[in-house]
Amino acid sequence: MIRIENVSKSFYKRDTAVDAVQNMNLTIERREIVAVIGPSGCGKSTLLNMIAGLYAPTRGRVVYKDAPVSGINTDVGYMTQKDSLLPWRSVRDNVAFPLELAGVAKAERSDRADQVIQHVGLRGFEERYPNELSGGMRKRACLGRMMLYGAETALLDEPFAALDAQLKLAMHDLMLRLASENDQTVVLVTHDLMEAVTLADRVLVCTRRPATIALEQRIDLERPRDVLNVRFSSAFKEHYDTLWERLRVEYSEDRV
Amino acid sequence: MQPDINADRATAVNVDAPLSSIPQAAPLKSGGRVPMALWQAALGIAVLLVWQGASGRLVDNFFISNPLDVGARLYRWTMDGTIFQHIGATLYATGMGFVIGSVGGAVLGIWLGVSPFASRLLNPYLNALNALPKVALAPLFVLWFGLGIESKIALAAVLVLFLVFLNTFAGVREVDQDLIDGARLMRATRAQVIIKVIIPSAMSWVFAGLKIAMPYALIGAVLGEMIAANRGLGYLVQFSGSQFDTAGVFAVLFVIALLAVGLNHLVDMVQSRTERWRIVSR
Ligand SMILES: Nc1ncnc2c1ncn2[C@@H]1O[C@H](COP(=O)(O)OP(=O)(O)OP(=O)(O)O)[C@@H](O)[C@H]1O
Ligand SMILES: [Mg+2]
Repeated sequence: MIRIENVSKSFYKRDTAVDAVQNMNLTIERREIVAVIGPSGCGKSTLLNMIAGLYAPTRGRVVYKDAPVSGINTDVGYMTQKDSLLPWRSVRDNVAFPLELAGVAKAERSDRADQVIQHVGLRGFEERYPNELSGGMRKRACLGRMMLYGAETALLDEPFAALDAQLKLAMHDLMLRLASENDQTVVLVTHDLMEAVTLADRVLVCTRRPATIALEQRIDLERPRDVLNVRFSSAFKEHYDTLWERLRVEYSEDRV
Repeated sequence: MQPDINADRATAVNVDAPLSSIPQAAPLKSGGRVPMALWQAALGIAVLLVWQGASGRLVDNFFISNPLDVGARLYRWTMDGTIFQHIGATLYATGMGFVIGSVGGAVLGIWLGVSPFASRLLNPYLNALNALPKVALAPLFVLWFGLGIESKIALAAVLVLFLVFLNTFAGVREVDQDLIDGARLMRATRAQVIIKVIIPSAMSWVFAGLKIAMPYALIGAVLGEMIAANRGLGYLVQFSGSQFDTAGVFAVLFVIALLAVGLNHLVDMVQSRTERWRIVSR
């Protein structure tokens, strides 16, 4: 359903080029949850930006549901790495923003926003402005907004990075539940291998910049998964170790 | 126009901002034993005393008059009501000029900010117009709009328009592209992006422009009245000067300064109402 075909992306500044992604090929099925992991600065966010249609590939093309992506892809919900809440809107109005854009009446959108806000654990903060929230709370507000948008594909760029362990588990559970309830396809960028194996159907390890796919690992743990206990199974450990071995190479080449 | 986009966020584009826009240090809640307001009042009284003392002794009363005469003049004008008629005329011209100029400047700034083609097309012309000392347009406005209040409104409006325009334009250019992209990904139409993202985001810049422009509206109105009028504070200061009435000149200046302070306060109030999200106590 999403096909990355021979995609390369370089950023140019004057005559120097930075290659972020190189010759990447990838197919993501409908309802699949794919986790992308790789060294910092390797081009993971760039990949998501191309799927969202915010960046055009330098070479190759991104195909979404049989049509090449050219320009903004409104079928995806994109939770960016940097939180992009509107600073002049309260949490409720931020979360309800996609509904407001779609012309949903005020009473209804407040109701639905408040429900989602409760899901992401921000109850009591509906009236606060983003600059009154912590980093993790802002992330959760973004997550809530994306849920409410209810796109068929969710692009998540390190969505749980700023959360404590407990909250992370709760959010993992919520994400899996919502993805299966809404038949969502999910592309998840993360630095947390545990998280990747816990959530994904497939984990992709990226090389250092420019990113290509170094290893693709199918995670055949059964669903629905118990996000807390799945990590104690031996199958989990095998996946984890294989991936870790490959990642270690990627990371160590990078450093002295 | 390429307004000085490098100007950082808090300070607005205009360089020769009037004194009124100097940011004030945040007042400490109860710092010091004597409240700052008392110190300020004391300084004011001291200046008045020195002025009164110097007048007639160190400097001829003809040049600097003295606070008592100025006060008496203000009292007389207040009692017989003449001052209010002039204040009314000036305030009306200032207000109308400010509103027309602000709306025009904001609309122009937003429009050019979101249409690269138009802004590049008009760039050299707007630069030229902006470089023009707007006051030099006064005779033209008298020709077009006559000696009445309309020509004063026009002068105030033109001064305001460019200041607000430059700030708005810079503000629109400064809008975080990520916020725009985010909205577009959520299926925002172009109009929605402009209304719900670009305009609110540029609002603090617009207000910076309004705050700078407010005194200029007053300047425009007063200047217009000085050039040709039979009413208004500008007329009154001009008339007093031509009568060698120094006390009268000072009295009018005092009133103009009071108006300026009041008007600035008004803009501040409106801003703090619309930008509640910025006010977070730390
Ligand atoms: N808009 C841009 N302009 C120029 N260079 C960019 C841009 N976006 C990314 N890059 C460069 O592309 C490379 C990959 O960036 P990207 O943000 O995709 O990394 P990442 O894998 O998401 O890293 P992280 O895990 O730290 O978020 C980096 O070297 C970065 O400097
Ligand atoms: Mg990234």
